[in-house]
Amino acid sequence: MTRQRRGSPYAPGDTDDTAAMLDAIGVEGVEDLFDIPDSVRFDGELGVEPRSERDARRLVERTLGRNDELTEFMGRGHYDHYVPALVDDLASRQEFLTSYTQYQPEVAQGFLQALFEYQSMLVELTGLGVANCSMYDAATALGEAATLSQRVRSVSGERILVPDQLREGKREVLAAYADGPDLSVETYPTAEGTVDVDGLADALDDDAAMVYAETPTVCGAIEPDLGAVGELADDHDALFVLGSDPVALALLERPADVGADVVVGEASALGAGTAYGMGTGLFATRAEYLRQVPGRLVGIGSDATDRRAFTLTLQTREQHIRKERATSNICTNQALMALRTAVHVATLGPDGLVGLAEDCVSLARDLATRLDEVSGLQAPVNDRHHFREFQAHTDQPAAAVASDLESEGFAVHVVGEHRIQVCVTDANEPAIDRFVDAMAEVA
Amino acid sequence: MSEDRDATDDHAPEAGTRYDQARWTDDGQYEPLLAEKDSTEVAVGDDAPLPDDLTRDSLELPDLSEPELARHYTRLSGMNYGVDSGPFPLGSCTMKYNPKFTERVAALPAAAVHPDRSATSVQGTLELQAELQGYLGRIGGMDAVTLQPPAGAAGEFTGIRIAAAYHEANGDDRTEVVIPDSAHGTNFATAAMAGFDVVELPSAEDGRVDIGALEAAVGEDTAALMLTNPNTLGLFERDIEEIAEIVHDAGGLLYYDGANLNALLGRARPGDMGFDVMHYNVHKTFATPHGGGGPGAGPVGVTEELAAFLPTPHVRQQADGSGYERYEPERSIGKVHGFSGNWLVLVRAFAYIARLGDAGLADASARAVLNANYLASRIDYEVPYGPFHHEFVASAGEQDAADAAKRMLDYGVHPPTTKWPEIVDEALMTEPTEAEGKGSLDDLAAAFDAVAAEDDATLDAAPERTAARRIDQVSAAREPRLSWHALEE
Repeated sequence: MTRQRRGSPYAPGDTDDTAAMLDAIGVEGVEDLFDIPDSVRFDGELGVEPRSERDARRLVERTLGRNDELTEFMGRGHYDHYVPALVDDLASRQEFLTSYTQYQPEVAQGFLQALFEYQSMLVELTGLGVANCSMYDAATALGEAATLSQRVRSVSGERILVPDQLREGKREVLAAYADGPDLSVETYPTAEGTVDVDGLADALDDDAAMVYAETPTVCGAIEPDLGAVGELADDHDALFVLGSDPVALALLERPADVGADVVVGEASALGAGTAYGMGTGLFATRAEYLRQVPGRLVGIGSDATDRRAFTLTLQTREQHIRKERATSNICTNQALMALRTAVHVATLGPDGLVGLAEDCVSLARDLATRLDEVSGLQAPVNDRHHFREFQAHTDQPAAAVASDLESEGFAVHVVGEHRIQVCVTDANEPAIDRFVDAMAEVA
Repeated sequence: MSEDRDATDDHAPEAGTRYDQARWTDDGQYEPLLAEKDSTEVAVGDDAPLPDDLTRDSLELPDLSEPELARHYTRLSGMNYGVDSGPFPLGSCTMKYNPKFTERVAALPAAAVHPDRSATSVQGTLELQAELQGYLGRIGGMDAVTLQPPAGAAGEFTGIRIAAAYHEANGDDRTEVVIPDSAHGTNFATAAMAGFDVVELPSAEDGRVDIGALEAAVGEDTAALMLTNPNTLGLFERDIEEIAEIVHDAGGLLYYDGANLNALLGRARPGDMGFDVMHYNVHKTFATPHGGGGPGAGPVGVTEELAAFLPTPHVRQQADGSGYERYEPERSIGKVHGFSGNWLVLVRAFAYIARLGDAGLADASARAVLNANYLASRIDYEVPYGPFHHEFVASAGEQDAADAAKRMLDYGVHPPTTKWPEIVDEALMTEPTEAEGKGSLDDLAAAFDAVAAEDDATLDAAPERTAARRIDQVSAAREPRLSWHALEE
């Protein structure tokens, strides 16, 4: 039996000390310190039994153990790449893990430098002048881009244009952010899983504040003509916002070169994994919009001895100073996740990151080719280059195929009545042969 | 001065002896940037499985071996102060000790499932969500809880959007949110972001809500009053029932900012006080690491009346008790996060609550409140108002609070929040949390007192014993250099 002290094991609780402290304050007991009227005192039970550490851990293990163990071939914005052990090890160092926002930079130089390096990596990957040190996830980063578009646009306009295939979750978050400033979220058509440029041209007018596109798109297709999208947006003085992630950006053309004004997306593809949808929102933009950027920025300054030092900067944009005139309400962000992404990028290095991105293209292409040979499947559905994932047509109802696949130990997305989506990365690559066999069984 | 004072003289600190900051000490040389150590520009696209016009030309990134990286980041960590390094009494931030076992629990492979998995294949995840919703609901006195908001401010946004949707459903056009002047900046930013006009409420002489001013401020335009209780001065709003009545009579909703919930666990519940909607900062109250600024998680609790407006998907036990399901509440406001929020933070919160149970949670609050009051009684700085719950706001008086804070760094402790709330001159907003024992609090008090006795010249020169000396934030903002690319120019 482990001795279980009543009370919090995370609070020092020597009885003599407590008595001395109460004495110093001048009260009889701890209860006297609670200045709560009797009418709102709670005298009920919360009904949570205290447990030992071992039992609390077992409870979580047992509960999560009810999940089916499936090999996931899933993506659509949440990706599983192998995370080097170095990332977990360094991000677990207590000085990073248990620190707070760097309001006292003199004792937070380490985290500030790591975040500065994260920002620098995004600047290199996007070609844009400035990156912040994280938003919550890709969806909220997109929402912030929409409100930024309204602040920076030289003429008025309230239309936000997004592709018709935008993931529903992103669209709903965008709508939530757009609601306050009365922006209206509308769609433009896609063809073969990418922007229908003519359709976009028809949808655009001078009331458009922002055009959003993704590469790779939600179905894994690489946009073949982002330059045209950028030009269309520019013609109408609309902000061009591009969604992507750091792995894809290592290989695909630089967002700055195709006219992107803002890049948003998920950095969680590096350093975090799927984590039931927990994300790391990346946000980069042109230097001219610096003072309208949401979230925290780390900059270089100097200390009293003129040495280089890091600090949070341009905080007058932020809620704790500007209150209702802030660029965003964000306070707690995803700093530790950003650090994880930075360490992951650094561990891969330039060759490793580009190589990982190239694998995302060739793995998807090869798996599509193999699935296409399975009777009852056609893959990929879209005549495009793909990154990590692609859609496949199923002769049988897709839901039945996916459900049968689950019994074989695999998970895929159902995206239409006869359409599934399949994602392959270095994480599930070893299971490809078994996956193709299972597909042959169920398709 | 109490008798205790003499007994603790051995705690009187000397800057730079037993209180040294961890720092990189190599004769003033900083750990170079990764880019300065060794970067490589690689050509991209030559062997790529893609046509040239889809690929970038080159990519330049640091190119270091694993041992070099391990040393780089280990040195960086040495120039950083965390809760395990020493006291971190940053007011309103609840920097508690973070149990280590919750890290292990969050790292379980079963926690890392894809968010689009079928409900039948992630019954364990859904059960844990439903259980945590139940825990939080009971702790807050709320009928339903969503786990989706990824931080406290996102929780505020969710709650205010729920309030907006509720009024809209009633055909009620309300345009204002009322917020006390002592509230967190996020409250103001959130209300504005959700499209409301902000009405700022001045505090009364005793630091609490001024009932007269409240009556004057609320009316048919009031969508909600956002309130922290205890407030940012650490004071419990004793008139909370009257406040609730005034807001409700005007047709508004009462929003609880959960930043200070650590003071109330098991002793009082926002739901019982008349609050209609609240957020929980589970990374504060339920002790998960703040990670240098996140991730956090900001679940939102609501009364039965507002449950239909919660974000989608929501999770519940199936009616026949056979399992758990996701569903869209009838009048859902939609989504505030791409999927279900910061899941791994929520797993930690669940594990923490399950570990402590009723008695542990109540004890955590009791000790947080004891510690705040003890520290407030021990320090030489003037501490206006009172009695306090988990935090208090001292006044640095003639000193500049920000300078005093810099000097505290030399004594090896993290300083309090400074210059806020503005209703106290030169505010030092201090929240020791339950993680400190008496000895540690005595050390902390000694550090406060040592600084209180020092002259302006000493404070101006501080800090002297930290990794960096005083950083000039004004010049950093005047000429922003935000990436290593900016250094090349």
